[in-house]
Parts: sequence; C-alpha cells; structure tokens
Amino acid sequence: MTELRQRVAHEPVAPPEDKESESEAKVDGETASDSESRAESAPLPVSADDTPEVLNRALSNLSSRWKNWWVRGILTLAMIAFFFIIIYLGPMVLMIIVMCVQIKCFHEIITIGYNVYHSYDLPWFRTLSWYFLLCVNYFFYGETVTDYFFTLVQREEPLRILSKYHRFISFTLYLIGFCMFVLSLAKKHYRLQFYMFGWTHVTLLIVVTQSHLVIHNLFEGMIWFIVPISCVICNDIMAYMFGFFFGRTPLIKLSPKKTWEGFIGGFFATVVFGLLLSYVTSGYRCFVCPVEYNNDTNSFTVDCEPSDLFRLQEYNIPGVIQSVIGWKTVRMYPFQIHSIALSTFASLIGPFGGFFASGFKRAFKIKDFANTIPGHGGIMDRFDCQYLMATFVNVYIASFIRGPNPSKLIQQFLTLRPDQQLHIFNTLRSHLIDKGMLTSTTEDE
Amino acid sequence: MLELRHRGSCPGPREAVSPPHREGEAAGGDHETESTSDKVSGAERGGRRALAGSWLEAGHLRARVGPVQRQETDIDDRYGDLDSRTDSDIPEIPPSSDRTPEILKKALSGLSSRWKNWWIRGILTLTMISLFFLIIYMGSFMLMLLVLGIQVKCFHEIITIGYRVYHSYDLPWFRTLSWYFLLCVNYFFYGETVADYFATFVQREEQLQFLIRYHRFISFALYLAGFCMFVLSLVKKHYRLQFYMFAWTHVTLLITVTQSHLVIQNLFEGMIWFLVPISSVICNDITAYLFGFFFGRTPLIKLSPKKTWEGFIGGFFSTVVFGFIAAYVLSKYQYFVCPVEYRSDVNSFVTECEPSELFQLQTYSLPPFLKAVLRQERVSLYPFQIHSIALSTFASLIGPFGGFFASGFKRAFKIKDFANTIPGHGGIMDRFDCQYLMATFVHVYITSFIRGPNPSKVLQQLLVLQPEQQLNIYKTLKTHLIEKGILQPTLKV
Repeated sequence: MTELRQRVAHEPVAPPEDKESESEAKVDGETASDSESRAESAPLPVSADDTPEVLNRALSNLSSRWKNWWVRGILTLAMIAFFFIIIYLGPMVLMIIVMCVQIKCFHEIITIGYNVYHSYDLPWFRTLSWYFLLCVNYFFYGETVTDYFFTLVQREEPLRILSKYHRFISFTLYLIGFCMFVLSLAKKHYRLQFYMFGWTHVTLLIVVTQSHLVIHNLFEGMIWFIVPISCVICNDIMAYMFGFFFGRTPLIKLSPKKTWEGFIGGFFATVVFGLLLSYVTSGYRCFVCPVEYNNDTNSFTVDCEPSDLFRLQEYNIPGVIQSVIGWKTVRMYPFQIHSIALSTFASLIGPFGGFFASGFKRAFKIKDFANTIPGHGGIMDRFDCQYLMATFVNVYIASFIRGPNPSKLIQQFLTLRPDQQLHIFNTLRSHLIDKGMLTSTTEDE
Repeated sequence: MLELRHRGSCPGPREAVSPPHREGEAAGGDHETESTSDKVSGAERGGRRALAGSWLEAGHLRARVGPVQRQETDIDDRYGDLDSRTDSDIPEIPPSSDRTPEILKKALSGLSSRWKNWWIRGILTLTMISLFFLIIYMGSFMLMLLVLGIQVKCFHEIITIGYRVYHSYDLPWFRTLSWYFLLCVNYFFYGETVADYFATFVQREEQLQFLIRYHRFISFALYLAGFCMFVLSLVKKHYRLQFYMFAWTHVTLLITVTQSHLVIQNLFEGMIWFLVPISSVICNDITAYLFGFFFGRTPLIKLSPKKTWEGFIGGFFSTVVFGFIAAYVLSKYQYFVCPVEYRSDVNSFVTECEPSELFQLQTYSLPPFLKAVLRQERVSLYPFQIHSIALSTFASLIGPFGGFFASGFKRAFKIKDFANTIPGHGGIMDRFDCQYLMATFVHVYITSFIRGPNPSKVLQQLLVLQPEQQLNIYKTLKTHLIEKGILQPTLKV
C-alpha cells in the first residue's frame, strides 16, 4: 500500500512519526512501552536508507520531500520493469520468484515476532521456524508437483514412492518438528516459545498458502497471475494519485491518509485498467494457455487452443450505453467480463488486506515490515494487498471457470481399488449415456 | 493426561490458584529471569496471581506512567493494578472449583482428602467410559454430534483462556467474531465432507446442489465478511490485543476444528477407525499412570515432573497388547467394520457391507522365535490387528507429546486446568489433548496405507466437470481398465 508516510532519506527513524506514536501510546495507554520501541529501533538496520549511492548523488540537489517522491517513483518503475522481465522469462522463473518472495515475507514477519518478544536467544527457535516453513512447503509443493509433473513422476521410481506416501512423509516431518518443539520447551521461556510457535503457524498459514494459490493460478494460465496482480498494483497507484489530487474525506481511522475519493477513483480506474489489460493479454497464447510440463523437451510449454474464454465474441450493448457510445455491438473476450469481477475485488476488498497490515504495524509499533526496498519498506509492505487476491482468484477459478483438475482426478482414480474403479467407471458411463455424450454403439473399440 | 496434582476437596478460590502458582513457580523456575524485560519480572517476582502475568499488562502499566519515573513508580503501579486486577479476577473463576455432585461428596465424606480425590477421579473415569460406550451403541450419527459438541467446547475453553490471558473481555466484537469464524470454518469443512457422503441426498434437492457447486466460493465469502468485520473493528487502544486474539482464534481453529473433522472422516471409514485409536490413547493414559504409580522411579521429562520412564514404557507395552485385543474383538462385527453410508431410502446411516480383507481372518505363519515361545505353527489374525500395532505404537510414543504440549501450554499461561467442566479431571481439553495428534495420524495412515482417496469424492468431482472433459477421462479410464484386465474389451454397453 502506498501510505503517505514521508520517509526522510537520512534519518534512521523519522522523528515526527516517532513522537506521534509515542504520544499515542501515552494517551491510549497502548501496550508497547517506550523501551520496547527503543529496543525495536535498535535491531532496525543502522541506516534506514537503503537508497543506492547513485540515486542519492543524483537527487542531492532536490528538497527532501521531492527526493522522497523521486526515490519512490524510481523504485516503483524499477519493480514494474522487473515484473515484466520475469513474465518474459517464463513460468519457471516466475515460480522461483514467487517462492523467494514467500521466503522473504516469512522472514520479515518472523523477525518482527522476534523483535516484539525479544526472543532472539530462545533455544532452537530459529531452526524450528525455518524447519516448519520447509515442511509446509514440501507438503504443498508435493501436492502440486505430483499433479502437474505426473508423467515425470511416474517414470522415476524414488519419485513415485515419494508421491504415493507423500502425506505420510509430510506428516512425519511435521511431527518431528512438533516433538522437537515440545522437547525444546525450556523452563524460563514457556510463554515466549508458545507465542513464537503460534506466530510461526499463523505466518505459515498466511504466507505459504497464499503463495501456493498463486502458483496454482499461474498454472491455470499466466493471465490469471498477471491480471490480478496488476489490478492490485494499479489500484494502489491510482488510489494514491486520486487521493493526492482530490483527496478530502478520510476513509478509515486506521489509515488516516486514505480517502474516499482515492478509494472510489481507484476503483473505477482499476476496472477500466483491468478491461484494457485483459483485452491486450488475451490475444497472446503464452498468457492464455495452461502451463504444461512437456516430457520430451523437459520444460514448460504454453501451447494450446485457447478456450472459449479467450475468443472474441460479439456482445450486444445494453440500450443505455448504446446511446452514449453509438455502437450496437462490441467485440470482447469473455475473460474481460471476469476481469471486471477481479478488478472489483482488487479495489474493494483488497484494501482490507492493506488495512490489516496497517493495523498490524500500528499494533506492534513498527513503521514498515523491513527495509528491503528503499522508499517502500519491506516485501510484505508491497504484497499485503495481494494477500487476499490470490485466494479469491483461486476460489473464483475453481467455482466459475473450471471444475476440479482432470489430470489430478485421473491420478486419484488410478490409486483406487479395482472394484471402486469399476464402480466409478460404470457410473460415469451411465451418466454420459444419459447426457447423450455417449451412445451404446460408440462403445465398440 | 493424568497429571498427579492433588486437588483438595473444597478449595477456596485463592487456595485453588495459589498451590499451582507455587508449583508453577517451583516447576517453572525463576520468572525473574524469564523475561528479558525487567519490568515484567518485577511483577512476577511479586508472587502475584498466575493469571495476571501477561506481557500486555506490564506494557499497559508502563505506558501509563511518565517516562521519567518509570523505574520506581512502575512497580507500585504494577502491584496496585495487579492487586485490583487479581481481586477482579476472583469472580471469574467459578465460585467453587469443585463441581463434584453432592451425592458423591456425602458418600466419600469419611475418607481422607487424598483418597477422596482418587475416588472422584476413578468414578468420573468410569462414568466417561460408560458414556462413551452408550454413545457408540447409539450409532454414528450420535457420535458425529458428540464430536461436534466436544469441538465446540474445546474451542470455547481455549478462547476463554485467551480472554483471561489478555484481559480482553471488553474487546469490541471479539466474542462474536471468534464464534463467527468457528461457524465459517465448520461450514467449510462440513460442506466438503457432507457433499461426499450425502451425495444421493444432495442430488435430489436443488438448493443444496447450488450450495455444493459454489461451496468454496460461499465459504470464502463468509470468511471474508468476518475478516473485513475484524479490520473495521480495530480500535485505537486495542490493536495489539485484537491481533493477538485474532491469531489465537485462528490457531485454535486450526487445532480443534481440523482435528474434529479428521475424526469424523475416520468415523465414516468405519467405526473401528474411530474406536481403536481413541481407546488406545485412553488406555495409554490409564496404564502409564498405573505403571508410574506402582513402579515409577526415573523422571521422563522436565515439563511434566510426575511422568516416569517406567510408566511410559509400561504404558507402551500394555497399549499395544490392549490394541491388539480390542482390534480382534471389534473386527468381528460388521457394525464397527463397515464404512458408514447414508441411505436415502431409509434416511439414515447404515453400516452394512461385505467386510474387506482387512477384517477377514487370515492365517499367518509365525516367525521362528515366536514359534518357540507360543508353540504354535500358525496363528489366525485379522490383518487389521497388524495395523492396530502401528496405531497403538503411535498412541503411546507420540501421543504423549500432545500431552506435554498441553502441559507446557498450561505452565506457560499459569493455569492449572483448561476449565472445570469435569470434576476431578479439569476441562474437556485436558482429556483430549493426547487425542490431538492421533486423529491426524489415523487419517494420514488410512489415506496412505489403507485406501487411496475417497471414491465418492472422486465420482462427485468427475460429475462436475465439463462434458468434453468427462468424455476424455472416460476414454483414458477405459484404456487403463482394459490394460489392467479389469474390464473386458469386448464388453458392450
């Protein structure tokens, strides 16, 4: 979320912010103490300014406010360019990037937990947190990998065993971590350890599940990855712009710099942007086709016959808009209709993810999650609105676009007992015959 | 877990809490050095009430005082506040922590308090076991309701502890939100299972069809509504408390609701998959306690000082034997062995089937060293009994870790029991803490080693696909079945 807290380049912690939060604390009887906030500022990076020297020198003449604006702007453009490059590089690189972002987000949130609870020297705990991250990732990747890399997995014997007993192995790994946790409970640190245990699990729930849903969406077709993320980014930027130029009425006490004008302006701008973007990207096969793993070339291919969603169709414009635009019909991709739903979610509900993160930062008296990106804060700061978007897109696809994954179904079918397989086969056959898809004569081999 | 903390018969509220606090202090060690922030340690050094020790509260106090005189006045304020808070806490605990019915008290009034405690625990144990048998007799539907009831109670107990720890009774909205999230997650899980098992029932009703088809979307929308309500309910002075309770609720949901649904899924697989694991855990509890009582010498783990290695190992062996015998007894009855199915014609659950090979007697030749011991060449066993060894082993070796986890939790938050629901035993969570991991293990075990995914779920998913996809799958399946010889190639129609 582009929150308008002005970061002055050279000061470690901006004094106005600090005073504001301290006085809030005194007035509200808030929980964190001065010593805690001091302790928190101690572990913060020595200089809060990660801006590269190059930029610093180039902008040294401008006033600090404009410099901040420029730093943010340049970094925004850099990130967007980076995003395009990665899309160009293909699904494999995207998967790796998603994984890295996930690990970094996990690291940031866990570090905040350490700061809050002063629990750097808890026995074992760093190891255990990373171990749990590894276990949960193993579990999730195992489930997806076996679906999409089905043929590859069947070929290799060790992989086949790993995939057949995947749940058991994952559970065993998790249990080992759980037992290690119980054995590591030290007399003086019980509560801290339980807090960190709970903190780790909630973080895993948030971060790891979201990232796997992102990868699921990606495999459905890169467009399901690109359009939602771009809508959220666009909403961020547009809401900021509208708020900057027209902002007057505050939106929510939690984020005092957000305004209704920004919110509504961002909503309309995002819907329009989504329509345009989906029109542009629906034209290309590489975005529209599901990602498949090709055995022969041992790489990912995106080659297919685009489904109905991505074929231009004629729609009749309702009368009211007809008079405005003067066209009778319009050619659109059906996907664009879906993109309206996605953009609407991104602009109306996505910000709640941002408010959640703001509330979190206020609750724990931190300004940003980390200092990874100069001018913006940590990776979590950039991805907090995406939090809900990935889940929504996944649920949307599963509910409205396609049903369950056919290859996964086949794979599950093959693990059943023969009598169960026969039963299902017969039921399916009678169902197809009922529907008229199959006639008894076509049974002939 | 049967932890041997003596509960006197009619403890007053202060007594009830102070002995465990002393125990807690002794066992939990110096809390002076527990916190790295010396302000909190000052509070706990005062030997104040267990429930009052929270990070939040200390910070709360610190923030009230001006920064200059923090060191000196904080302690006074802290004591003062803690005093008033402890006073106000007393009414929260039930006026008498002794819920033993009057009848029992009169009957046992002659005995000394230690034996009285023993008798109360014993009688309640027998009561619970008979209740268990009664419900098994009444059938799977009642069992499902019982599991649901236990889940709701466990959730309530853990959330109440959270409230006490964070003194967050007056957080706006939060009680409503916690129960709302419980409802959402239950709706999601029950929808997933119900759709599978009640497939025939569901296909009939049009509205149910709609609900099933868009189930995930509806569940997600419900959850989102709760999430947005949470964000909107964030109040300036209570941010951290609210986030803590949000996280507390989610972790509790993760623990209690997922476990209870795995229990129900195991139940549908066959009641034996529900009975044998739970009985193994209960048996391990009881036999470990007895072995420890009679032979206990070497402490097992610092966390639960009354557990001993003798109890642990003795409990392990007796549980394996018990599981073996229980599996033998139960495998004979179709009622326990068959998967639970819902029949639409009779509108109820039926357990009738041809028992699978798992539950048919087979002869095994004994390995040589057992042959010499038992002087028999072969023995006929149900294959399920071999599996029961695995289940009992897990129940005795890993199950106790669930108990240690709960003990650690109670020590961390300085509570003696989760609640006071069962006289002599504590809350429902106290009884079910070891079951925690068992249900997940049984479910994973079943899906990995016994059968693959649920056939009715596969069928249901197949029927949801697009017709072209169905046709493709049909062709693939047919080829596969013919290859495997399950289907004859010349079969027509």
